[in-house]
Amino acid sequence: MSNNFRTTKSTGLINKDKKINFTFNGTIYHGYEGDTLASALIANGVHLVGRSFKYHRPRGFLGVGVEEPNAMVQLHDGNKSEPNIIATEVELVEGLKAKSQNCWPSVQFDIGEINNVLNRFFPAGFYYKTFMWPKSFWMKIYEPFIRKAAGMGKAPLLPDPDRYEHNYEHCDVLVVGSGPSGLASALAAAKNGARVILAEDKPNFGGSLLTDEVTIGNMSGKEWASDTISQLKSMPNVILKKRSQVFGYYDHNMTVMIERVSDHIENPSKYTPRQRLHYIRAGEVIVSTGSIERPISFGNNDRPGIVLASAAKEYMKVYETLVGKKPIIFTNNDTAYSTALEFIKNDIEPIIVDTRDSSNGELVKEVQQKGISIKFNSGIADTKGHLKINSAIIGKLDSSKESFISEETVECDCICMSGGWTPTVHLSSQAGNKLKFNDDIDAFVPDKKRQKETAIGAANGSFTLNQSLAEGFQVGFDLSNKFTDQNNPTNSPNSNEPSYEKHEKLWCMPLPSGKKPKRFIDFQNDVAVSDVELAIREGFRSIEHVKRYTTLGMAGDQGKTSNLNGLQYVSKIEKKIVPEVGHTTFRPPYTPVTIGAIVGREVGNHYLPTRKSPIHTWHEENNAVFVAAGLWQRPRYYPRGSEDMNSAVNREAANVRKNVGICDVTTLGKIDIKGPDAPEFLNRVYTNAWLKLPVGKARYGVMLREDGMVFDDGTTSRLSENHFHMTTTTAQAANVLSHLEYYLQVVWPDLDVNVLSTTEQWSGIAVAGPKSRDLLSKLFPDVDMSNEGLPFMGLVDSSIDGIKARIYRISFSGELAYEVNVESNYGLYIWKKIMEEGQSFDIQPYGTEALSTLRIEMGHVAGAELDGRTIPFDVGLNSMVSQKKDFIGKRSLSKDAFTESDRQTIVGLVPLDKKTKIPEGSHIIEDNSAVAPIPKLGHVSSSCWSVEYNNPFSIAIIKDGKNKIGKNLYAVSPLKDISIPVEVVSSHYVDPEGSRVRS
Amino acid sequence: MLEIKCPYCGKRSQNEFSYGGDATIKRPKLGEEISTEDWDNFVYYRDNPRGKHSELWHHVSGCRQWFKVSRDTATHEIFDTCKMNEDFNV
Ligand SMILES: [Zn+2]
Repeated sequence: MSNNFRTTKSTGLINKDKKINFTFNGTIYHGYEGDTLASALIANGVHLVGRSFKYHRPRGFLGVGVEEPNAMVQLHDGNKSEPNIIATEVELVEGLKAKSQNCWPSVQFDIGEINNVLNRFFPAGFYYKTFMWPKSFWMKIYEPFIRKAAGMGKAPLLPDPDRYEHNYEHCDVLVVGSGPSGLASALAAAKNGARVILAEDKPNFGGSLLTDEVTIGNMSGKEWASDTISQLKSMPNVILKKRSQVFGYYDHNMTVMIERVSDHIENPSKYTPRQRLHYIRAGEVIVSTGSIERPISFGNNDRPGIVLASAAKEYMKVYETLVGKKPIIFTNNDTAYSTALEFIKNDIEPIIVDTRDSSNGELVKEVQQKGISIKFNSGIADTKGHLKINSAIIGKLDSSKESFISEETVECDCICMSGGWTPTVHLSSQAGNKLKFNDDIDAFVPDKKRQKETAIGAANGSFTLNQSLAEGFQVGFDLSNKFTDQNNPTNSPNSNEPSYEKHEKLWCMPLPSGKKPKRFIDFQNDVAVSDVELAIREGFRSIEHVKRYTTLGMAGDQGKTSNLNGLQYVSKIEKKIVPEVGHTTFRPPYTPVTIGAIVGREVGNHYLPTRKSPIHTWHEENNAVFVAAGLWQRPRYYPRGSEDMNSAVNREAANVRKNVGICDVTTLGKIDIKGPDAPEFLNRVYTNAWLKLPVGKARYGVMLREDGMVFDDGTTSRLSENHFHMTTTTAQAANVLSHLEYYLQVVWPDLDVNVLSTTEQWSGIAVAGPKSRDLLSKLFPDVDMSNEGLPFMGLVDSSIDGIKARIYRISFSGELAYEVNVESNYGLYIWKKIMEEGQSFDIQPYGTEALSTLRIEMGHVAGAELDGRTIPFDVGLNSMVSQKKDFIGKRSLSKDAFTESDRQTIVGLVPLDKKTKIPEGSHIIEDNSAVAPIPKLGHVSSSCWSVEYNNPFSIAIIKDGKNKIGKNLYAVSPLKDISIPVEVVSSHYVDPEGSRVRS
Repeated sequence: MLEIKCPYCGKRSQNEFSYGGDATIKRPKLGEEISTEDWDNFVYYRDNPRGKHSELWHHVSGCRQWFKVSRDTATHEIFDTCKMNEDFNV
């Protein structure tokens, strides 16, 4: 059981001196450094790796790289567990653990295999047809059943412990794929001075040059590749990236590449990311992504041991691994003969089955010269072997190639099939390229480009080495010339490869006589020839519909091996040519990408930036409980001892009403406004008048959107003739600045005004309560704090310990209050100073909860009332609306709906029992015994515990509010089954005359 | 992600900008008598063309200038960008 399927050669890229142990389905195996999980398993004779999606059929490896549709495994355990990983893309690393998915209880014995026996009940569209009725069955019976039966891997339930990074790159030319054309174009572009990024998915550069017997110049293909790579490595204008898959091509030449940084390293350092996502904005993208071999559909063509011929060759040449020792090569073209020759080199004589009548290609002749006879005009009709293929039924084709004349059973342990080659056009197609059908190669190739993207080599349908190299050197030079002025072309060297004869247009074998085995087209999605036939029989004509009905070419696989065979079959039944059938759209990602990599470092606390006031450390030291206000972290309340939130908030708010409180209001938006037209501008922005505001005075202002809805409010003061200081709410600070910039730059560019955010330049400290005057008088002995010296809405500049401070007499709490503003860096110092001096006045800090309580009691509106659906009338701000001038949004206020007298307007609510707090968001209704639907009068916007009256109080916005004052209504919350009888009162619950702020 | 050429800063990725809608909309003059229909056309109604669209973008995470972009709404091709007081060349 130990690496019995290794070749005796050591010409590959694995290091047999370094053993690597790994576990698959609980069994410990070993492979070698350089192996993939796939090559190591195959070397150990393990082909059975999973169960198919729908029928739970045993499946093995089909491919050797990204094209692999079957071998998806679950990697690792616990929080590192990852589903749906393609085993051919996993580099072996010590201690790797993998297991099969989509099987239960084990991959050898899987209950779901009964689906295969019952497969006539699981045709295309089965789920759509069967699970529709009755509707009530869906949640309880159908969905759990489908989930269990159709489960791919399992998503881990724990947070991903690994580190992922994002990187942004710019380059002139991005080359995707390092086969002959990719290397040639990268070299030509780099030598011409362009900044080049060369991306290769595999751990080794070279692509087909690593497996093909060719010469370039006087070197072998493999030598030329490594020589070219060392040249590129030495150039400062080149970035080489291996283990890097460009999986998405987006607008304006933005491509996204995933780099597997440390998946292959046994013990990566803690700070090495597991994977890195690169956003590459490329001037030009060269798509040299090569081609993928096509399978052939024949009876039971999905048994473990049936592989692509090119994969078998790469396993031998790169991984020194044999997919089998009794191979059958089954082909419709010449390239599979190189696989045959590789077996022969390893002293294994393959049986060769070729659908064509003959071929005079050089490789075919070489095989014949080795004395191997070829079964021309033949095909494989069916295969046998439960968990691994053990024999094939080879049939002689009749002249129409629509049926077999005779059949024979041949023993084998693998079939290496080749249906020709499909250019890998996924990236070009993602870039918007309109593909065209190339009859010579029976495949789509890029044609009309929409972005700066050029396909070359096999991806462009140029299958010969000479063509590939010539295109590479030419395109690399031409495109780089757009970015440099060196005009330094590189000549393409001579190259040599065998000549190939044409393939046969035959990808689906007839059925064996008297039997109807499944002939698969799409292995990953379990779509067989019969499913496509059924879809068409049922009337699905558009290839996009056939795709969705059968699931052909969908999901992670994106039809890498199945797309063209599906199209070819549809076109055959429909008697249309393939270009008329068209092709489905290729979508990113080209290969599955870990969600963690897409998220990058933006997890946990890094999900969003955090803004902290300069006073933040004091809040932390003083037991503040924080709340997020946008990006800001604000103190919500400062509990003392075992206090809960309610008691802390009540204590803080009551202390403001009784003594004096201090609140960090640094987060308020602040905008500096300067210019000769500044008063006129404010006059247009705000609903009230601004031209006559005296210097040294502040004024409350309300601004609307053009649709008449209140946008924001705040206090703005005039510092000098043409200089104003505007404040906004914390939430709207950024939007207000953009709004002002819009009107100044777009609508009224004739106004000579400049605006600038100064939010982060000022630290703001509110000092509120009846004792605030006495406290500030002590702190600023030079300032006359009397009602005459600094009246309500006045402001004065002063200093404290040599630090300049601006004192505004403004109030949000409804108490006598001031706001001290200092340069941010001094915020903490001044705060501490006020706290220190305030001790003798019983000062206490208060957080956003107490701040809300104070403003709600007073009936001051805030975000919950200014929710973008209220006009000034609705929230009691009609007195703020000037009738004498025009302003932003004014015309909307005279629209019919906005002038109706019974609009929903602001009121206060008190529960009749004076005890029950009314949940915010509750609906207000007139009669709680009415039968639904009950007309809704409005909703509760803000709720608090009134510290003034010691009972709950809420603000609500209800229909014809003014005329409802004094009435009893109900606040209901049907989801919580709450119904509270309430009395409607004025929204100005405390000090309705506003005498305190002016005291 | 689009790449947008700010007429002040040069080419930058879309995540530095915010979109500002149809650039051809003119705000009615202040103080002007205007019918409800005309006002509604200004506030609410916008064409939604497939193809060339003249629109406003704001370089919020950059120079904070509003400017004009001529963009194909179907392909995202950007034909030209210019300052507010300029006209497109294409
Ligand atoms: Zn800019």
